Amino acid sequence: MAPRFQGIDFYDGDSLLSEEERAVRDTVRDWVEDELMPVIAEHYLEGKFPRELVPRMAELGFFGANLPEEYGCAGLNNVAYGLIMQELERGDSGVRSFASVQGALVMYPIYAFGSEEQKKRYLPALASGELIGCFGLTEPDYGSNPGGMITVARETADGWVLNGAKMWITNGSTAQLAIVWAKTGPIEDVSSIRGFIVPTDAKGFTAKDQKGKLSLRASDTSELVLEDVHVGKDALLPRSGGIKSPLMCLTQARYGIAWGAIGAAMACYDEAVSYAKNRVMFGKPIGAFQIQQVRLAEMLTEITKAQLLCLQLGRLKDRGTVTPQQVSLAKRNNVDMATECAREARRLLGANGILAEYQAMRHLANLESVYTYEGTHDVHSLILGQEITGLSAFG
Amino acid sequence: MKIAVCIKRVPDSETRVKVANDGRSLDEAGVKFILNPYDEFAVEEALRRKEAAGAGEVAVIAVGTAASQETIRTALAMGADRGVLLQADAVPADGLAVARALAAELQDGGYDLILCGKMAIDDQSYQVGPMLAERLGLPCVTAVTTLSLEGGKGVAEREIEGGVEVVEFPLPAVVTADKGLNEPRYPALKGIMAAKKKPLAVKPFDGGTVGVAVTGMGLPAERQEGRIVGEGAAAVPELVRLLREEAKVL
Repeated sequence: MAPRFQGIDFYDGDSLLSEEERAVRDTVRDWVEDELMPVIAEHYLEGKFPRELVPRMAELGFFGANLPEEYGCAGLNNVAYGLIMQELERGDSGVRSFASVQGALVMYPIYAFGSEEQKKRYLPALASGELIGCFGLTEPDYGSNPGGMITVARETADGWVLNGAKMWITNGSTAQLAIVWAKTGPIEDVSSIRGFIVPTDAKGFTAKDQKGKLSLRASDTSELVLEDVHVGKDALLPRSGGIKSPLMCLTQARYGIAWGAIGAAMACYDEAVSYAKNRVMFGKPIGAFQIQQVRLAEMLTEITKAQLLCLQLGRLKDRGTVTPQQVSLAKRNNVDMATECAREARRLLGANGILAEYQAMRHLANLESVYTYEGTHDVHSLILGQEITGLSAFG
Repeated sequence: MKIAVCIKRVPDSETRVKVANDGRSLDEAGVKFILNPYDEFAVEEALRRKEAAGAGEVAVIAVGTAASQETIRTALAMGADRGVLLQADAVPADGLAVARALAAELQDGGYDLILCGKMAIDDQSYQVGPMLAERLGLPCVTAVTTLSLEGGKGVAEREIEGGVEVVEFPLPAVVTADKGLNEPRYPALKGIMAAKKKPLAVKPFDGGTVGVAVTGMGLPAERQEGRIVGEGAAAVPELVRLLREEAKVL
């Protein structure tokens, strides 16, 4: 049996964490080791989200853990929240994506833009896993440019009617409710974008699983179609307004992704180190060859840098001074470094590296999605470019 | 149901340990410490008893350095109600001193049940539970894998050589937990947050005269490399001779 995952901590980062941050991390780490690792490869191969794990994740408090206790959440700080994402993605990016969407893209907008009544009605049920949510922003023709969306919501006497299509929606077919972003004014009016809580069993709402994915296979990715979907007045998130609202949600999710990527990278590095010490070729362990040592040294260096980056990012977020651009830098850097770690680990593992029995290629395939979603690597470059120069390179 | 659980902070069994420069203690640098796994069974059992009864209190008591507060909070995060640390500069090697201090803390507490792990995975003395029972004048059942309590009476199963022993005892009693008693829960995130607000009393440790001291500590000798005595059937007589005369396993 492989030894339990101990984490990678070359710079004694643990000493920078509080006792409860470490305790939270250890609970998630143990859960991933005991309950996710034994089943993940099989779910990945079958292309199935391990939905049966949701009640345990909810019970332990993994969803919306940085939201207040009065809404049934754990009330953790953002560093502890980040550590949850790190440990979940040590298991699988798809499982971390589930938790990211539930917490940062469904619970957060209800918390930030919802009425008190909406918060009381939905947040405890989402925290307990009784309800599963999804987030509909991206459309078939509007990915990096969400402001161009063509989904519309028209006000009627008793509520709203929504029409449009959303794509690449994590949890889309699993969810009971969708946070749907739509324009309430003319199609060119980006400021008319509002958020709606739409029950997925509403008439005219369909979700279709997107087939043929070679990445995030243990995650539900769906297309949503809204055809004259009627919802009540209370479906509108009253304090949402303009493209800024969904982007605020994305900043929350991207923050978690920056941490999550470290988890995937640590898993790959850990596996590579163990393999390098045990696999014998030309009469000695392959870890004794310089080329593999360089690979491992690079991985450890990049993981250590990413850890320190995220820890400070989390402290800034807890202080309330973090900027979306700082989150962009971390998402961009960490996902890129994790993808590189996964690729190098896969190569170090030789032919074994292509098997689902090992983790590297599953992580590598997953991370290609993570590289692309929640603001592609390139879009984050442009966000930083604009921050540096004051000049927009979009469009 | 009022239950006390005695717990200890120990090095993680997956940590590689080093002997400190004094040659008789552990170098704690870089060592991860955990709640002693057998004590974890005891904590879990206490929580289940309280939950089944629908009322009661679970108190956890540790003898240890200030760092043991973290271990106590792990138990509080699992669901225990309050903690007591009997703070010492170091845990004495004398189990009797530890048992005396625990007994003094527990004797007037009115506990229906006192649970301990059957042993601590660091010093493996197996002493504290039975000695504590002796000091309190209570029956003691060690290494329990199944426990049921009813009407002021307990029935426990213990694994013995080649079988199972069933014992009966009156409450209150001291019961030490073995692996298999239950599957301990993870501290839930809400529990971790709640633990910060639960009472944790720190009192000075007083174990009386300490009768045992550790004078040396060493790591086991490195295993010798294997050796090949020959090949094929021709090597068998020599192999058998070495197994008999040198290794003395035949």
